[in-house]
Amino acid sequence: METILSINKLTKVYGPLKAVDNLSFTIEKGNVYGILGPNGSGKSTTLGMVLNVVNKTSGEFKWFNGTESTHEALKKVGAIIEHPNFYPYMTAAQNLKLVCKIKGVPEHKVEEKLEIVGLLDRKDSKFKTFSLGMKQRLAIASALLNDPEILILDEPTNGLDPQGIHQIREIIRKIASNGTTILLASHLLDEVEKVCSHVVIIRKGVKLYSGPVDGINASHGFFELEAENTELLQQLLNEHPSIGKVSLKGNLVIAIIEEPMGASDINRYLFEKGLSLSYLIKRKESLEEQFLQLTNQTTA
Amino acid sequence: MLRLLNIEFLKLRYSRSSKILILTYFILITFIALIASIEFPIGQVNFRIADQGIFNFPFIWHFNSYIAATLKLFLAIVIVSMMSNEYSNRTLKQNLIDGLSKKEFILSKFITVMVFSIVSTIFLFLVSLILGLSFSDYNEFSIIFSDLDYILAYFVKLTGFFAFCLFLGILVKRSAFALGFLFIWWIVESIFYAVLRWRIFRESDIADKIVQFFPLESMSNLVKEPFSRLNAVQSAANQLGSAFEKDYSIHWYQILIVLVWTCIFVYSSYALLKKRDL
Repeated sequence: METILSINKLTKVYGPLKAVDNLSFTIEKGNVYGILGPNGSGKSTTLGMVLNVVNKTSGEFKWFNGTESTHEALKKVGAIIEHPNFYPYMTAAQNLKLVCKIKGVPEHKVEEKLEIVGLLDRKDSKFKTFSLGMKQRLAIASALLNDPEILILDEPTNGLDPQGIHQIREIIRKIASNGTTILLASHLLDEVEKVCSHVVIIRKGVKLYSGPVDGINASHGFFELEAENTELLQQLLNEHPSIGKVSLKGNLVIAIIEEPMGASDINRYLFEKGLSLSYLIKRKESLEEQFLQLTNQTTA
Repeated sequence: MLRLLNIEFLKLRYSRSSKILILTYFILITFIALIASIEFPIGQVNFRIADQGIFNFPFIWHFNSYIAATLKLFLAIVIVSMMSNEYSNRTLKQNLIDGLSKKEFILSKFITVMVFSIVSTIFLFLVSLILGLSFSDYNEFSIIFSDLDYILAYFVKLTGFFAFCLFLGILVKRSAFALGFLFIWWIVESIFYAVLRWRIFRESDIADKIVQFFPLESMSNLVKEPFSRLNAVQSAANQLGSAFEKDYSIHWYQILIVLVWTCIFVYSSYALLKKRDL
């Protein structure tokens, strides 16, 4: 696979604060990545470093195998950081033409990209007259001007109303379906869950997890069971080789699954041992639960 | 390089306030010609400024470059704000993310500043030439084109001053405060000079020798005030028995000092930008 960005032990220290601590991960072409973490966890600082606006303290990062300087590489990247920054006194089209000049892209792209984000009819309005949602969409158009190899979005739906959020997500989905690699930083779990295939979770600048979204916790889920004889149920579950920790929550017995198995497997096993269940359900932790679990591990 | 200039030109072109200030600046330079029409009666004689020889070649080069240089404040406002607005609109960050390097960013600003200086210089040259040709008492070719080093000094002075403005724009990040800082700097230099001249080195010219290395002083030294050079003023002074002995000419080391400051300002701007997290 083609590597687009590799980060190796990247660190940023602001005075006494370690904003990013020995962070390493790689981004492969064609995937949609999410950087997930609570506010102030170092997401934007990390992106700032790879985007040449924040100086790193130590460590390194390489764009496209590191053959060219960062600012040359950035011409093949589209990025939006936090909120959209444009010249307020210039119109949408003028602003995008300026970006074309910087990136060295022909100007006919401007209309094409404005079309994608649905701003073509407002192209001659000044930027300062735009609503936040429109500004954000203009920022996406600007990031797409060079048909980037990777699109970096930092909190793209921050501060938008539900309709705006929906529009932005639709645009992102459309772009992702074209095969563009996307790196999305967010503190919103469902956003990452809905859009991303891979996720990097960071907290206080430390990486907690990186890999496929389904692979967090390497979890196979858990059973919730109920039977008349709760003690026997717990005993039998403890004897099963594929079941990990067994615990009691009210009347329900919670059994963590350690190897892949289905609800019918456990039902058959218990029935063969002479126990019939009154309630059985297999669940998976939602990303939210897993995320909270992960981020809490280090505080405990 | 043309790409960088192009980028900067686009940014300025759509900014109404910048356009108005730049236009005002150039119009005011042409208004130097209006001085020619000033007349006022002293007793029975009608005193006409234009007859006092201010438009004589080669004195006009000195006189006009001095007057035009006072107008540089208009462009200074444009330059300070074109720098600090990049901070307040956060477009500096976006420019860098879009693939402009910090070096290119500073370079694009500096090239623009150079273009401002070059255009001002050419403009001043043409205005002075036309004024001189219509009012000067001497029109020999060799006289017209003597003392042109004032035009060169004007160019160096503008470039140095604008580089200083760029640096202040980056340092302070807010245009109003940057201009305030410029004013404070000027006051500090003046106080320094006053202390050196009247307290520490009385009765000697050591103070002047030190102060000529200060940035603003070195720039104003390049083109000194021309009024005391006027015939009328000279003869009046002679009658009072206090003839001026002032060196109006431009020395290579004065130009060098300003050029060194220009380099320092441009390089510090770059170093500052490089060091900063945006």
